[in-house]
Amino acid sequence: MKFGVVVFPGSNCDRDCFYTVKNVLKQPVKYIWHKQTKLDDIDCAILPGGFSYGDYLRTGAIARFSPLMKQIYRFAQKGGLVIGICNGFQILLEAGLLPGAMLRNKNLHFICKYVYIKTETNKTPFTNFCSRNQILKIPIAHNEGNYYIDKSGLKTLEENRQIVFRYCSQDGAVNNQSNPNGALANIAGIINKNGNVLGMMPHPERSSEKILGSEDGFLIFKSIAAWLNPKI
Amino acid sequence: MLNVEIYITLKKTVSDPQGLTIKHALESLGYQNLQEVRVGKLVTITLNSEDKKKAKQKINEMCRKLLANLIIEDYSFRIKEV
Repeated sequence: MKFGVVVFPGSNCDRDCFYTVKNVLKQPVKYIWHKQTKLDDIDCAILPGGFSYGDYLRTGAIARFSPLMKQIYRFAQKGGLVIGICNGFQILLEAGLLPGAMLRNKNLHFICKYVYIKTETNKTPFTNFCSRNQILKIPIAHNEGNYYIDKSGLKTLEENRQIVFRYCSQDGAVNNQSNPNGALANIAGIINKNGNVLGMMPHPERSSEKILGSEDGFLIFKSIAAWLNPKI
Repeated sequence: MLNVEIYITLKKTVSDPQGLTIKHALESLGYQNLQEVRVGKLVTITLNSEDKKKAKQKINEMCRKLLANLIIEDYSFRIKEV
């Protein structure tokens, strides 16, 4: 299985993702520059965090028009696995690969801290190594993570079980106190209807080794690997 | 030439934490009777064209494609000859 980490001008978690796949997951991985018009032979594309195009206009609004995004779109339509982390999630929203949009954090602060998220479903390529309702400790680092979608959109997400992660307390309570940024229904991560495109605000690549304070994020990478090659 | 002013605002149904904070700040400065404060963006574009009708069409296209995110934002614009 091969992973590709997409690099936009302003991405800054690309190396962390690359490192996690190569040195912790021990799988082949390469960088893919956003100007490429052909997508190499990969099984999973990672859109990393950062500040693509300086977050100008809106987060992800300009990156979505990068030449490579056309290929990512096609790859996703064919069922390829795509995971967008933080800014990567914002880009997937702007590109229309996932529904909804991001608003500024309710308290107007850039929030950088460990949070807890509840795994709402483990029946996805990205969470099959987690147990249902498992609470993960994974850090967030963003200014625009206040997820918004209209009422009917939220209903559709809930009916199709597309909400994968919700912000929660250490013991799993999903409420206003455990919501760091004002995200609607405490949404921290969603998946598309076909179940092959995931967007999440927390950073699993920053919590994949004990030395970093949590290994919970590694469950996401392990899940992808297990999905692509059940023999592992 | 045509001068275009594009106003991009959060939809009425979307809460605006910046606007709320500014409202509180104004109130703490003694300004009362503020019903609501909301913040938006202003984009100005100068077009090398005289054709207002065509410009209107193009600006609409630009707004829908890139300048506004219609899930959370509304837009309006004014075109002036310069």
